[in-house]
Amino acid sequence: MNEAPKLNSYRAGPDEDGRFGIFGGRFVAETLMPLILDLQDEWDKAKNDPAFKAELDNLGAHYIGRPSPLYFAERLTEELGGAKIYFKREELNHTGSHKINNCIGQILLAKRMGKTRIIAETGAGQHGVASATVAARFGLPCVVYMGATDVERQAPNVFRMKLLGAEVKPVTAGNGTLKDAMNEALRDWVTNVDNTYYLIGTAAGPHPYPEMVRDFQAVIGQEAKEQMLAAEGRLPDLVVAAVGGGSNAIGIFHSFLDDEGVKIVGVEAGGKGLEGDEHCASITAGSPGVLHGNRTYLLQDGDGQIKEGHSISAGLDYPGIGPEHSWLNDVGRVEYVPIMDHEALEAFQMLTRLEGIIPALEPSHALAEVIKRAPKMGKDEIILMNLSGRGDKDIFTVGKILGMGL
Amino acid sequence: MTARMDRKFADVASEGRPVLVTYFMGGDPDFETSLSIMKALPKAGADVIELGMPFSDPMADGPAIQLAGQRSLKGGQTLAKTLEIARRFREEDQRTPIVLMGYYNPIYIYGVDRFLTDALDAGIDGLIVVDLPPEMDDELCIPALEKGISFIRLATPTTDDRRLPKVLENTSGFVYYVSMNGITGSALPDPSLIAGAVQRIKTHTKLPVCVGFGVKTAEHARAIGASADGVVVGTAIVNQIASSLTEEGKATDATVPGVEALVRGLSAGVRSARLAAAE
Ligand SMILES: Cc1ncc(COP(=O)(O)O)c(C=O)c1O
Repeated sequence: MNEAPKLNSYRAGPDEDGRFGIFGGRFVAETLMPLILDLQDEWDKAKNDPAFKAELDNLGAHYIGRPSPLYFAERLTEELGGAKIYFKREELNHTGSHKINNCIGQILLAKRMGKTRIIAETGAGQHGVASATVAARFGLPCVVYMGATDVERQAPNVFRMKLLGAEVKPVTAGNGTLKDAMNEALRDWVTNVDNTYYLIGTAAGPHPYPEMVRDFQAVIGQEAKEQMLAAEGRLPDLVVAAVGGGSNAIGIFHSFLDDEGVKIVGVEAGGKGLEGDEHCASITAGSPGVLHGNRTYLLQDGDGQIKEGHSISAGLDYPGIGPEHSWLNDVGRVEYVPIMDHEALEAFQMLTRLEGIIPALEPSHALAEVIKRAPKMGKDEIILMNLSGRGDKDIFTVGKILGMGL
Repeated sequence: MTARMDRKFADVASEGRPVLVTYFMGGDPDFETSLSIMKALPKAGADVIELGMPFSDPMADGPAIQLAGQRSLKGGQTLAKTLEIARRFREEDQRTPIVLMGYYNPIYIYGVDRFLTDALDAGIDGLIVVDLPPEMDDELCIPALEKGISFIRLATPTTDDRRLPKVLENTSGFVYYVSMNGITGSALPDPSLIAGAVQRIKTHTKLPVCVGFGVKTAEHARAIGASADGVVVGTAIVNQIASSLTEEGKATDATVPGVEALVRGLSAGVRSARLAAAE
């Protein structure tokens, strides 16, 4: 795809049918179709409603803590000896990651639609915690589906969700990880169509979710652009973010897609290497297929059966990716690269020591890519990275790998 | 091959009874057993066969069919082998319509054109692809119809009168009415509610309407068959197979006969349906 035609804009998608090129769409059971069309109607109304925007902004400022700071990482920049490195500090948000931006937006929609019950899927538990948080804030019951394997791996987040009043349902179907949790959430939704709102945690799923989640997360890039112009008087040369389902990445990318001079890189979980099955690099090592309501790059075998991914970071442990990323890859606007578990782990430690910031393992993947690129760039060049979450949730995983029992 | 389907529905209607549609998972628990099950179905009284294509992520299925898919995949089943089961069945039986049922991704990866050619060659009459609503008709539905393979759509309680015409537009063969909002294997709702829904659909289409999801016993088959043109039984058959297996999930001498006995009972149920309704 090196000779992709030049487009007038990379920000126009999706089309009416929810497509980004061949990707996206609405591949769902008939039972869900009317719900998805209702949601789309409501979303189309809400996004042009000043009252909705005002409520979102108000909660953003006073509940989430927006705008999140843009931070110049001086010591890291010095250590690497190349481009100036800036972080968009999404880890300072309420609940510790970018996930809350989307949850606040969607729960306001759920309210508008008169839904009285929230369901969500979660892998690492970050989206589960953010969903449980907004459900508590708006007084709605919340059920979070979580793979049984992840329930064990992420005990602190399970406890957090329970404290917040959510019911955590361990999923044993399949292999008991994130994709199985998503299957189970979809099964709940078809069963409880009348009162239930499905709060999807990433920029994937059937249309309009990829667009809607992107728009709720796009505040990251909008703020970062203004903040960068204020700090440096110009745009960054490179924007980097980690990609699981792709919500934090599309959130920071979207504002920069039409800025020609800005190079954009998405970082996938390379796990233990791309040779075997122990990675989650859907774009770098997968192929287009249809899962969870959309066509996108997937990890699958020759028979179209979906594979289980692996990543050190539970938040990247998903065998698919949002459809807009698949399209941005194919048209050549964004470059997607893998980072291995051990590289992310080294980056995690480096940031902790040099800047006094413990990052989540997900953005540690983005950071590892920054660490590779910064020294090769000039001192007058600028990198912007999305620091999508804090690492408190990961200290047990990291402690175990580093041989420090907690 | 819609002709085979139309003929079957017409024949059965002339007997004054509803059609018995039976679902099982291709390759569960292994290729050969599964082929034997398929061959046994019409002999036990099944009129139409739904042959399940296993998928790793069956979003619309309950635990029983999920596990059947896992057993089948673990046994090495692929889409090519599922088509092979159909082809081998067709060598002996040219009259029983076969409908493939499953999810889109394995077909997409196999290649839509190649799949339709091979399906036609294997004697497939229709397709039910759960995650392809009418909005996605260009993917598979239109190409299938062009090749002469029926595309059978699910209508559900959420498919209201506004939406029904869209759902029925490219539907052929029969309409599959899903008795409740939910996944396969749930409990059967009140038959009188279902009868009302079937009537509602019939005001929009001349196609036969079959009802599935939750039909487990001969008694259910009889009750539903009183108003519908056909009754679909899936989970009960899959559960019957599961209960006959060894702890390691291998077939036993009881596997095929168990299915036969169950289907014979269901068949008696549909055969008495209209009598019951007339009473
Ligand atoms: C901090 C953080 N970053 C990134 C991700 C990956 O998700 P996405 O790609 O949707 O941003 C997660 C998911 O749990 C996360 O917790």
